[in-house]
Amino acid sequence: MVGLMTREELDRLFESRRSAEAFAALRRAWLETPDLSTALHVISKFERHRDAVTLTPQRVFIARTFAVEPLVPLLRAAAYTNGIDLMVQLGEFNAYAAEILDPQSALYRGNPQIVILATNTASIAPALWEPANLSEQAMRDEGDAAFTHLHSLITAFRKHSEASLIVHSLDQPDTTPLGVRESSTFGQRKAIASVNERMSSAASSHRGVYVLDYDALVARHGRRAWWDALKWERYRVPATAANLRHLADAWLRFIHPLSGVVAKVAAVDLDNTLWGGIVGEDGFAGIRMGSELAGTPYRSLQRALLALRERGIILAICSKNNETDAMEVLQRHPDMLLRPEHFAAIRINWESKSENLRALAAQLNVGLDAVAFIDDNPVECAEVQAALPEIRIIQLPGEPVHFAQTILDFPPFERLEVSSEDAARTQYYREQQLRDELLSTVTSKEAFLVSLKQEAEIASVSPVTLARTAQLTQKTNQFNLTTRRYSQEHIARFVDDVSYTIRTIRVKDRFGDNGIVGVAITRDDGDACEIDTFLLSCRVIGRGIETALVAQLADEARARGASRLIGTFIQTPKNAPAQNFYEDHGFTCIARDTASSTWEFPLDRTIDIPQWVTVTSLGSFTA
Amino acid sequence: MNSTLDIVCEVAAQVFGLPDGGITEDSSPDTVGEWDSTRQLFLVLALEERFGVQLAPEEIEKLTNIGEIANALERTLANAANRVS
Repeated sequence: MVGLMTREELDRLFESRRSAEAFAALRRAWLETPDLSTALHVISKFERHRDAVTLTPQRVFIARTFAVEPLVPLLRAAAYTNGIDLMVQLGEFNAYAAEILDPQSALYRGNPQIVILATNTASIAPALWEPANLSEQAMRDEGDAAFTHLHSLITAFRKHSEASLIVHSLDQPDTTPLGVRESSTFGQRKAIASVNERMSSAASSHRGVYVLDYDALVARHGRRAWWDALKWERYRVPATAANLRHLADAWLRFIHPLSGVVAKVAAVDLDNTLWGGIVGEDGFAGIRMGSELAGTPYRSLQRALLALRERGIILAICSKNNETDAMEVLQRHPDMLLRPEHFAAIRINWESKSENLRALAAQLNVGLDAVAFIDDNPVECAEVQAALPEIRIIQLPGEPVHFAQTILDFPPFERLEVSSEDAARTQYYREQQLRDELLSTVTSKEAFLVSLKQEAEIASVSPVTLARTAQLTQKTNQFNLTTRRYSQEHIARFVDDVSYTIRTIRVKDRFGDNGIVGVAITRDDGDACEIDTFLLSCRVIGRGIETALVAQLADEARARGASRLIGTFIQTPKNAPAQNFYEDHGFTCIARDTASSTWEFPLDRTIDIPQWVTVTSLGSFTA
Repeated sequence: MNSTLDIVCEVAAQVFGLPDGGITEDSSPDTVGEWDSTRQLFLVLALEERFGVQLAPEEIEKLTNIGEIANALERTLANAANRVS
């Protein structure tokens, strides 16, 4: 069964250029029946109509000790329907060590962005899985051997590649020969736990290496039900058909933040979502969200939303309600954990949800695909899906006790690093509202910019700002001239390479500190200085900040002896706001094809910084 | 109500990338070009998930066409039902 549409109907939709509708239908089919046969169908449709949809490409290499073939369609179908075109290359069966240790192997030749080392204890550390000798010394030795093996792989990988690496922790067996004595001796379980602990600290000492807690994943779905032992013996299939999808999901929770395909806004409904009941009918005293039995699921949901906010996800409200009633609950209900100040935008009215979501995205200056809409009502979800197919929809399950889990499980909400900018994001957006109000009271744009009293601070990247710098290259879509995505490891390598210069720009104004909002990376090449990356967060576009940053690049390049500043514009479906940047700053176009153009600025000239931006440079940049 | 055979045909068509109706009771690796050992494993896993059962490898390897797969699933389902009752 292919959701609500036959395959022929889907093909017709794609072929009649209604690809957004066809895409939405495929996504619905996948969400209804996320199994292997649907996955194969979804993939074949995407491959056939690849040109009709815009997805973020990502190259993944899977080195493995088991059969991942049946996992690949599940992984790719889930990624496709969430906006990622995942190109997967598989390592040879059990050749993972050679592939990682040999810098000439197929793994490195394919230049993947993400490498997954797909293993379980049974295959990568059999002596810990079915020990021949259960003495404490033997267990300690086997644990050391397993850790040393894994650690040498991580170290070699980091030496040969800039890609991100995901390694699995070791899973515990369901029963062990020592039985209850496990608790009083250093046996199999403690040996496995100790390897996992050491792996986790080894990973955190390398940039871009992450441990997937495979043991927790297996435990969560039940150790005894996790795999079919006969199929493991015969085919090396690591889990039952139903559980393969959970492993694919666990990978996606890393792949989403690593490829920058994330939801930046959680727009949430109120009645029967944030609280139990309907405030317009049940009244202030009749709705539930406290510690009473019927209230706890809603309380958990509110906690989950606060956790998302800590990750830097912006919270917003989109509710059909009487605004006065709903605001009274938000402001005064004693059981509410969430208050109006936790939300960067609030739309409570009787307009359609799709209208409100469109307005929310515009107000917050994010694309529709950066918004995740959370609602319990299937009718509202369907309305939004039909009107705005780009929006990510989280339809809450029927049973409220699963609400919080549904939100926390959503891969586009995952973040691998949280910077101080992330935790303060809602605050930035509230300050933005004050700026917008100021803009509406002054007579000219220039008067507005002068009254903002902007101070820009340009600095080289430091250990403290490394994560934020990489994150901006991964997440910035609109004002981004080349849209090159870099991991922290890439940025660290640029820092070590003298031909590269990396600058970050932080902007403060009378309403507050915007944090680091821009990144520029240049590379010196003879008498030319090439702009590799130039991007700005959408919060500060159009305020002269971009001019201050490019002027600084020009001054520094000149001081290093360059005579030309060269810039490239690579067009994407989203970066129209940046397309006139070079022209507006006096660059001359020297080459152009359909999707990109190259621009030159002679460094015997300077770029004027607008008088309404005060620039300070931190540190001495020139030798 | 779909019979086991209908569901097996439908799932197999998806697994082998064929149009609806492209698989019948007599379809086998000899008549379906896409039917290789990897796809056979995909088909078994897809059916196990759809029917909520596990087939033993010895049994899987004896199956030579769609009709036999449907019969094996029905036997496994009947055995599971007997154990419950």
